[in-house]
Amino acid sequence: MTASASGRARYNRMQTTPAIDPVEAVRGAMPQAILDVKAFRGETTLIIDPAQVVAVARYLRDTPGLTYNYLSDISAVDYYPEATRPGRFGVSTHLYSMLYNRRLRVKAYLQEDEPVMPSLTVVWPAANWLEREIFDMMGIVFEGHPDLRRLLMPEDWDGHPHRRDYPLGYETPMFSFNVDDINQHKPYAKA
Amino acid sequence: MAIESQEQSRAAARAEAREAAREAEARELQTWQGQVEELRGLVSDRALTGETLLLNMGPHHPSTHGVLRLLLELDGEEIVTCLPDIGYLHTGIEKNIESKTYEKAVTLTDRMDYLSPMSNNMVFCMAIEKLVELDVPPRAQAVRVICLELSRIASHLVWLGTHALDMGAMSVFLYGFRERERILDMFEMLSGQRMMGSYFRPGGLWRDITAEFGPALADFLEYMPPKVEDYELLLRNNPLWIDRTYGVGVVEPEQALAWGMSGPSLRGSGVNWDIRKAEPYSGYEQYEFNVPLGDHGDVYDRFMVRIEEMKESLSIIRQAWSKLPQGAFRSDNRKFVPPPRAELGQSMEAVIHHFKLWTEGFSVPDEEVYVAIESPRGEIGCYLHGTGGNTPRRVHFKTPSFMHISALGKMAEGHFIADLVGIIGSIDIVLGDSDR
Repeated sequence: MTASASGRARYNRMQTTPAIDPVEAVRGAMPQAILDVKAFRGETTLIIDPAQVVAVARYLRDTPGLTYNYLSDISAVDYYPEATRPGRFGVSTHLYSMLYNRRLRVKAYLQEDEPVMPSLTVVWPAANWLEREIFDMMGIVFEGHPDLRRLLMPEDWDGHPHRRDYPLGYETPMFSFNVDDINQHKPYAKA
Repeated sequence: MAIESQEQSRAAARAEAREAAREAEARELQTWQGQVEELRGLVSDRALTGETLLLNMGPHHPSTHGVLRLLLELDGEEIVTCLPDIGYLHTGIEKNIESKTYEKAVTLTDRMDYLSPMSNNMVFCMAIEKLVELDVPPRAQAVRVICLELSRIASHLVWLGTHALDMGAMSVFLYGFRERERILDMFEMLSGQRMMGSYFRPGGLWRDITAEFGPALADFLEYMPPKVEDYELLLRNNPLWIDRTYGVGVVEPEQALAWGMSGPSLRGSGVNWDIRKAEPYSGYEQYEFNVPLGDHGDVYDRFMVRIEEMKESLSIIRQAWSKLPQGAFRSDNRKFVPPPRAELGQSMEAVIHHFKLWTEGFSVPDEEVYVAIESPRGEIGCYLHGTGGNTPRRVHFKTPSFMHISALGKMAEGHFIADLVGIIGSIDIVLGDSDR
């Protein structure tokens, strides 16, 4: 029997250095990268310059005392139509440190006319599909991504469905009075 | 003479039409097959010259556990590249939630990971509760834990059955579904629905546990442990099972972390990370349980981890049931939780709250939170961003199946097709979970 309730952990999780504050550490090492820091409901958010995201991610992953070794999630949000934020899109990267058992959000705001940011696939391979999904759904382009194709929607789909200006689709119910009208533009399967 | 020439021209026209039809058919065929050129960079160059075989597995293959398409590049029977393709079950749940009030959106989350709907309810409710700082009474927390662990067992039973079925062991499938039926019956007693119960609501539960649930659960706790032993005995030392699973699909712990794997698939590689232990939620810190770990990170270890997890889940349910607290089953914060039906006859306040909650819903701040829990498959995370109004701005679910399928391509490289089937089974994917 190989697996057991008392199986030994193969992944070394010994804490060799005490935990340090991620905000202070990044602010000290890369002062130009941090634009803002936010705390809400016990979650810390580092708002950074999108061009610096790879450098910040590398720093957070490799610095002893931080070791954010696990990429939990990348989510994108569209602030359209309100213009109260620094950019239309926000890309939140959720990191987790198994060593120190804590989470951190790194957020970058992107402008409407240039939704481009560097890809995190060079730091965490797990970013591959997460970024493809965001490209598909939000239309944010990740530079340096090895395989930036649509993931969930069909290849020939128009638009990016999770943008707030992309409407939810509805189908008109067919009644006897509008059956001809609907039939004209209904895409029936071709024989 | 005139008739002959007419016939000749008619024959010529017919021949032309036939030729055109053939050409059209050839064009159709070409577009249907796709261009190999499009795959340059994704598959090896040997595939472009036709030296290796490109084969489509799925989306209608019985052992892809749903509608997963795999584009395989094969050298003989050996997999050179494996390109997973998802999206066939994409239902736009995240987009749909943006137009629903929070309480109505809970029903949509059921339909993501349809083998453990309770986990989806849980992570979504927890995100809302965190965003609006809503309390959950201890009784609701304990019932939630019981439900979550029951659905973990139910989900693992389906995994075990289908995994064994893929490898050629039919009987485990039948046993697994027989036991799962008892769990679904209990869910029906609680929520009125076998699968898509939406039993968890922001602030607690839809209703308190029913009178028949207690005896059914007690029966189940007597009935189930020997059954888990049976499944283990059927497969654990089975030479065929060992031949098919030992050393297959090995994932090193560092790789598993880099690919974003989580849950039993990660623990099979020996990484001791269980969110129930690391960041306890819903009162998990009160219960004693072990986190089973694998040693080699192969298909067999992931199998053993899940078998052991079922035993631990039974122990958690027993502990939670034995000290189930009395009290309210949902929060009494009337700004977020509807009042009991009986109050509507006496209290005008209750009528107002009821009306407001069922028409407008409640408002949450224009802020973001991320909450993660341990689903049967791994870390399921919910990123929730409010608008300040009654609908969310954005909901994103980070789902374990999504991450595991993205890693599948790398895991399958160098294995035979027959082993690929075992690897797919061992990472326990649900396509509804990955496509949302």
